[in-house]
Order: sequence, then C-alpha cells, then structure tokens
Amino acid sequence: MEKITVEHLTFYYGDVLALDDVSISIEDREITALIGPSGCGKSTFLRCLDRMNDSIPNIRMEGQVLLDGQDIYLPGTDVVDLRRRVGMVFQRPNPFPKSIYDNVAFGPRVLGYYEDGSLDEIVERSLRGAALWNEVHDDLDENALSLSLGEQQRLCIARAIAVHPEVILMDEPCSALDPIATLKIEELMRRLKESYCIVIVTHNMQQAARVSDKTGFFWLGELVEFNATETIFTNPVQELTEDYVTGRAG
Amino acid sequence: MVREAFDQELQRLRNEVLVLGSMVENAIIESVESLKNQDGEAARRIIAQDRLINRRRFEIEADALTLIATQQPMARDLRTIAAVLDLSSELERIGDYAKGIGRITLLMGEEHLIKPLVDLALMAGKARDMLHDALGAFIGADTDLAHAIPQRDDEVDALYNQINRELITLILADPSRIGQANYLLWAAHNLERAADRVTNICERVIFTATGEMVEMDAETGGIESLT
Repeated sequence: MEKITVEHLTFYYGDVLALDDVSISIEDREITALIGPSGCGKSTFLRCLDRMNDSIPNIRMEGQVLLDGQDIYLPGTDVVDLRRRVGMVFQRPNPFPKSIYDNVAFGPRVLGYYEDGSLDEIVERSLRGAALWNEVHDDLDENALSLSLGEQQRLCIARAIAVHPEVILMDEPCSALDPIATLKIEELMRRLKESYCIVIVTHNMQQAARVSDKTGFFWLGELVEFNATETIFTNPVQELTEDYVTGRAG
Repeated sequence: MVREAFDQELQRLRNEVLVLGSMVENAIIESVESLKNQDGEAARRIIAQDRLINRRRFEIEADALTLIATQQPMARDLRTIAAVLDLSSELERIGDYAKGIGRITLLMGEEHLIKPLVDLALMAGKARDMLHDALGAFIGADTDLAHAIPQRDDEVDALYNQINRELITLILADPSRIGQANYLLWAAHNLERAADRVTNICERVIFTATGEMVEMDAETGGIESLT
C-alpha cells in the first residue's frame, strides 16, 4: 500500500536546482533506501517529506508530496502534526540534555498524548520498541548523554515512536556509529518496518543492500532508478546505476 | 579508474578461469589420444594432472570468495564472480571426465582394440572446440556465441549414438567383446557429458552479461527463461 506519493517534485535553493522532476511511490511497512553521491539531492528529498525544508530561506518547490493521498504542502496543513506522523532520526544522535525517561516522554507530554498515569507505559513501550529497554530500564533517570552513541541513537528512535508516527525518516542514521551499533540499528529497522514506513538516506551501499526492500538512486537531483533492492544491486536497468553501485561512478 | 585494484583482481580471476579451461581442454584431447594409442604412461600423467586441475579450481574459488568478502561487488561484477565460481566447478567436472578416460586406458591395457577410435577422437575434438569457444564467449561477454554453441552439442550426441550402435553391433556379433565395448561406451559417455557441461557454461555466460538465467535445450534448440 502506498504511504507516500511524490509527483513531479522540483526543488530549488535560490537559483540552484536541487531536485529535478522526481516522482516516486513509497510503500508502507517497507524500508526504502535512497542512495547516491554527495550533493545528489537525497537529503533534500528526505526533508521534503516532512517539510523540514520550510525553515530554509529562499527555497522554491514545485510538485506534490502526498501522505495517504493528502498533499502535505496544502495551505492550512498542521505541520506540527505532520512532523508527529512523519518522524525524523538524524545523522548525529541528538537526545535532549534530559533524563532518558524525559527524552521519551517529551513528545507525549507536549502533545498531550497520554492519559494520567500512562506515561510510564508509553516510555516502556517506546524503549522496548527501540530495543533499548533492557539496557536502560534501571537507569531511566540517568542523563541521556551518558549513553553510548549507539544507545543515544536508539533513544532518538524511541523518542520518535513515542508519538505514534506512521513514517520514520532516517538521514544516515548509522554514519556516526561503530559497526556493532550499526548492525543493532539495522536489526531494529527490520523490526520497525513491521509497523512503520521507513525511508533511509545512506551513503553506505552495503547497508542499503542489507536492510532495504526498495532502493532509489539519485544523481544530480534526478531519480535515476527506483526498483526492488535486489534488482538495483544485482541487475540494475540503468547503466548509470550499474556504474554507481559497482563503484565506477560518483 | 575508480576501482583499479578491484578491476585488476577481477581480470586476474577471469584469466585464471581461462588457464584452468586450457588445462581441461588439453586433458580431454590427451585422454582420448592415450586411449587411441593405448599409452599407459600418458594416461597416468592425465590422472596425476587432474589433481592440479582440482587444486586450481579450489584456488579460484578461494580467490573469488575473498573478492566477494573484501570488495562487496555488485551487479555485473557480482554476476561475473558467480560465473567464475560456477565455471571453475564445471571445468573441474570436465577434468574428471578426462581422468575417467585415462583410467579406462589403464583398464584396457594392451587389449586389441575392437574398433578404431576415430569417432571418439572426433567427439573429443568437438567437445574441446565447444569448450574453447564457450570460454571465449565468457571473456568477451559474447551472448550471441553463447547462444550458438549448445546447438553444436547435436553433433556430439550424434557421434555418441553412432558409437553406441556400433558397439552394440560388435557385442551382438561377439559377446566376448562386451568388456571393452563397455569401457569404450563409458569413454564416449564422458565426452558426451563434457559437451553437456559446456551448455551449462554458455547459460552462465548469458546470465553474466544480461542478468537473465536461461535454460538451453541443445536437442530442441529451445531457450527457457528462468527469471
């Protein structure tokens, strides 16, 4: 089932064309990876999916981004609720300088997404969902910054899922992590896709090959090819895709 | 070039397959020569050489696995390395057929030949030529050639059937010939199987170049896509 549909998306930073007529359908309960060389537009595209680019001055966008068939750029769209539905995990883990508990509870508290006495349950559910509960359940009052980077990233994922998102965007979520922490996040992603639509930007082609169901290859702002991951990495249709995944371009 | 070291390694691996192929081509021809000439010494050399063929096959396999583990090849590179693994296995099996013919030479010893072995030599030549061309198709990614080679298997099969008929006729005329006839039929069977394995190699060449796995029926000329 399509969760996000992008139609003829073109994006400018001032006069600089960053995305050129990109159209793509992203399925629910799947992991979609976006790959391509630095500066190809994949992170710009990702930020279009939750309107994170709104805060950047002098941008211009054409086309549509539909979430469950609704255009998220229509005037009157509740952007706060949009960013609850479409959560984001960033390259560098960015927990708040608060306790582990308060990091996860922050969203539900601000949004009023809890009944009296249910915050504990929400925090536990979210930390379990992020595969972090076993490591931290005795230290929920500890400062989140005392966690390892891998644990901090899982805490950020717990924070995102605490507010019942539908989509989780991940912008190079493992690039700051060691290999073991990376594999834990990848394993977590496989579990999370049973409940969420996940879109991940990654420079690591092997990671894209390992975790994703579909892969989109970007080059100079264009979506060159979008296909099943096994096809992209074993028998891509476009020669440019073949050149990129074999390391001969980019 | 961005991946010069990897490309050199991949080329070296492909060349190793050619070297192995060359060893196997020679083994096919020399095994039948040893049988024709009833040359026990040549037969023993062929049997000993099979160990070298086997060792080379496993060296190629180890190098291919190392390349996969260390370089994470994708797309055509990955299919090429998969082909290297498959081809080295097919070549090793064809080498075993040549060794088998060498063993038959030793088993027959100096028995008077019940028929000239012209057709066997012809079979060996055709199987060797098919193999040689298939390896050329692999190196050149020549799918047209890969499609055409299996059709030549008809000629090998026809020779096999002819030898079979002749040997049966000889047995019926004189049942005491059955022992040698059995050996000669087995040698012909080995050559027929060698040609069949060349068809497998051609299928793999097509897969490497196109990503499409096909099954080719040499008898009917039919091609079925398995992807």
